[in-house]
Amino acid sequence: MEAVNLLSSNKYTEKQIGYLFISVLVNSNSDLISLINNGIKNDLASRNPTFMNLALHCIANVGSREMAEAFASQIPSILVAGDTMDSVKQSAALCLLRLNRTSPDLVPMGEWTARVVHLLNDQHLGVVTAAASLITTLAQKSPEDFKTSISLAVARLSRIVTSASIDLQDYTYYFVAAPWLSVKLLRLLQCYPPPEDAALRSRLTECLETILNKAQEPPKSKKVQHSNAKNAVLFEAIALIIHHDSEPTLLVRACNQLGQFLQHRETNLRYLALESMCTLASSEFSHEAVKTHIDTVINALKTERDVSVRQRAVDLLYAMCDRSNAKQIVAEMLSYLENADYSIREEMVLKVAILAEKYAVDYTWYVDTILNLIRIAGDYVSEEVWYRVIQIVINQDDVQGYAAKTVFEALQAPACHENLVKVGGYILGEFGNLIAGDSRSSPLVQFNLLHSKFHLCSVPTRALLLSAYIKFINLFPEVKATIQDVLRSDSQLRNADVELQQRAIEYLRLSCIASTDILATVLEEMPPFPERESSILAKLKKKKGPGNLPDIDDTRWNVNGSAEHSEDTESTNKSPPSLMADLLPTNRPRPASSSPTLLSAGTMGSSHPFTDLLNLNSTPSAGASLLVDVLSDISTPAPITVSEDNFSRFVCKNNGVIYEDQLLQIGLKAEYRQNLGRIYVFYGNKTSTQFLSFSSSVTSSDTLKTQLNVHAKAVDPTVDGGAQLQQVVNIECLSDFTDAPVLDIQFRYGGTLQKIAVKLPVMLNKFFQPTEMTSQDFFQRWKQLGVPQQEVQTIFKAQHPMDTDVTNAKILGFGVALLIGVDPNPANFVGAGVIHTKNTQVGCLLRLEPNTQAQMYRLTLRTSRESVSQRLCDLLSDQF
Amino acid sequence: MCSFECLFRQGKLRLQKWYVPLSDKEKKKITRELVQTVLARKPKMCSFLEWRDLKVVYKRYASLYFCCAIEDQDNELITLEIIHRYVELLDKYFGSVCELDIIFNFEKAYFILDEFLLGGEAQETSKKNVLKAIEQADLLQEVRHLMKSMWGR
Repeated sequence: MEAVNLLSSNKYTEKQIGYLFISVLVNSNSDLISLINNGIKNDLASRNPTFMNLALHCIANVGSREMAEAFASQIPSILVAGDTMDSVKQSAALCLLRLNRTSPDLVPMGEWTARVVHLLNDQHLGVVTAAASLITTLAQKSPEDFKTSISLAVARLSRIVTSASIDLQDYTYYFVAAPWLSVKLLRLLQCYPPPEDAALRSRLTECLETILNKAQEPPKSKKVQHSNAKNAVLFEAIALIIHHDSEPTLLVRACNQLGQFLQHRETNLRYLALESMCTLASSEFSHEAVKTHIDTVINALKTERDVSVRQRAVDLLYAMCDRSNAKQIVAEMLSYLENADYSIREEMVLKVAILAEKYAVDYTWYVDTILNLIRIAGDYVSEEVWYRVIQIVINQDDVQGYAAKTVFEALQAPACHENLVKVGGYILGEFGNLIAGDSRSSPLVQFNLLHSKFHLCSVPTRALLLSAYIKFINLFPEVKATIQDVLRSDSQLRNADVELQQRAIEYLRLSCIASTDILATVLEEMPPFPERESSILAKLKKKKGPGNLPDIDDTRWNVNGSAEHSEDTESTNKSPPSLMADLLPTNRPRPASSSPTLLSAGTMGSSHPFTDLLNLNSTPSAGASLLVDVLSDISTPAPITVSEDNFSRFVCKNNGVIYEDQLLQIGLKAEYRQNLGRIYVFYGNKTSTQFLSFSSSVTSSDTLKTQLNVHAKAVDPTVDGGAQLQQVVNIECLSDFTDAPVLDIQFRYGGTLQKIAVKLPVMLNKFFQPTEMTSQDFFQRWKQLGVPQQEVQTIFKAQHPMDTDVTNAKILGFGVALLIGVDPNPANFVGAGVIHTKNTQVGCLLRLEPNTQAQMYRLTLRTSRESVSQRLCDLLSDQF
Repeated sequence: MCSFECLFRQGKLRLQKWYVPLSDKEKKKITRELVQTVLARKPKMCSFLEWRDLKVVYKRYASLYFCCAIEDQDNELITLEIIHRYVELLDKYFGSVCELDIIFNFEKAYFILDEFLLGGEAQETSKKNVLKAIEQADLLQEVRHLMKSMWGR
């Protein structure tokens, strides 16, 4: 309160102290603000420049919303008024900038904006300096409105750059002409693409060249301030050159200049040079030029004393890496990793893993690299990294033998990291047979090797090893007895951990009971993984945040999988971020869509070998055991079960979406006339990848075949990404029916076969012809159909609000004529229609009696045929 | 844009200026963390460090550290020279500045900073102009003092 009194004082000293107090101690949501605002208002109106400046500084320092509300409209006029003192203009410009940052909605744009741009032409360099910041911020928000600033900024910059160093008097800083202003102007230009006007463009290029030339001149002073100021301008110019990314000569010159800095004795310059080069590496024009400095950068990695500089060197190596130098860079990063700082190890591990995968020419190198990575920095190898190596080994036939051999050798080490045991267990479990021919790695040796690590491992790893053992039983019948002994031991069967115990019991039973054939089916080699964005990359992105990863975002992952796989970045959609599901480490369900072997087994035979197996388990708790994981399907809808989620929604309508998942959308449009119908089926590919070997056919049960003729026209075998495919299905109704035909869809997406089955909404009521009749006719016929078998009645509870209009619409949609005024009770609904089939026509009367109090309906149907009454009643009673 | 600036020596904060609105608690936390990070760095290391989503530029003058936190797009070297110019301004005004000057005349240090940097951007980079503004203000102050003493208060 005292401060507010001081503020309102006429004495300068008191006023000054008042302002100081407020600026330093009052934060922006104090309740004194309204009092303070009043004092400020008086000072702004005082026309005393000192007072005005104090007031403006205070607004800029506090910058609260209340202040913005009070002054945002007043400050622009101070800024552009002709008679305002220069120093006040400067304060006003930056004050406005602050308000625009804190509450942009309150700063009105108006005619002052045009005049602000012309401040760049001001005589007073201080005003230009302050205004440049304001204009840059405004231009970032609405570039169009400030386009005129480009030419003014270039002109101003050109004058500064070409001026003799003494021309600008006090704005020259250690022989550098107006470095702050130059930096700000260059920054302003980075809000825009290169100027379109040729003259302007060449003038700017001249400026940039001059700045680059100056860097080569001998320094005018030995002071560090001179070189700092000069290089500040130079780096900002390089930033602009990179931003424009259009002048190859300038880019290469910039790169060479940075190359010189890489060996400069100033740590600061080395740091900044590495940082700038990182962005240069992503430009196609300068990528090659950056690569020439590889040795210097590697040297920096080894010798630099400052960890933050080494970090930049790692970033740059990552950015400059391509197929030609990947081996060298990865090797250097690996060797550096052995004594790298703990703070950057995890990130480095990810980077090495990504580079190794991205630029792998042969997979043996890739496998070696990742195993080395686990050996050197096992603790920092996250799950994603070792999941990934397994994915790749499984998808690449040619590397499997080598991988098995390598992990076998790596496991020989007396102490190896648990991650290595995991990879080893998984790979030997899948591909141990490939090296079993050698007596040094015979099945028993392999098993003993794995089992020697067993007791040192954590529970998830042990669980994985148990799975590897059961796979061994399948691969090598000769070690079955040994493994069964291990599984039978108390330490497994009575393990305190439920997961381990259950696995041991199930595997033991499985190995005892199942025949070799069944074992081979259940323990089949893993099918290839669907290709998707590398989980490691996703992790690194998450870690670094977008924008910090040069050169990577748009990169396709071409290591894994055959040609048709490689474009599948979209497939992340399929099972969203749960990267864990990629593999089957411990208790994660595996997406069933990617295990076609098991599923096809299910469709082929009428006897399901694995359901029998499942029944052996007394309590198959879902999700806990491996078998259940493989066989049950939790994460994606099982392709084999017929989807009929939306089926009942089509009883009273003909158009809509019948099925939708992450990949595919199926829409329908149907029309019926008498006993004929036609359905247009639209298949929409929701991904950006082509569906291959697309096929769709309609199947009916044997009974249905005699009642309904369905003919689906053939379709194109490919559906482009984002495209829609149409299929026509013709239908003829022979006699009344209850079942519905099933639409079977198959296609290959990302290498895996997708199967979808959808029940087609063809129901009996679709073949209705509405019949209008009088009240008298209706009751006459009603009485005629009086045989008990002809009437079906049901009473059911309303599932939707009981709205008369909605009900009317539904009955009409059902296909009958709605007869008004027939029933003595106006609340009741009465309808009549004829079902057309090829063989007969069935007349049909219906009556729906709502009871709003009880929220119940009574539905009565009378037709000449019992089966028709029943079916229609079932269909319609679901709708209300 | 400069997000905030602070001046400290071993564990003691001498001056701070915030250009982004933050609560006192956050400010305290940030300064504590930053002081620790900067003090842990060895001489010869580079003057820039990545810190949270900001870049910190710092320089040591005698026992005092001057720190500036800037945004990702900002120019580190020119910020380093902003610090230097501020030190020059203090030096010129106080006549070879020392820590005590800043402690006892902290308000002057703030006024000079306001004249030089406003809202986190350089307002006036000319040494002469900044000092002229401060001197004018001082003059007003002194006149008042004089008048007060003449009236024999």
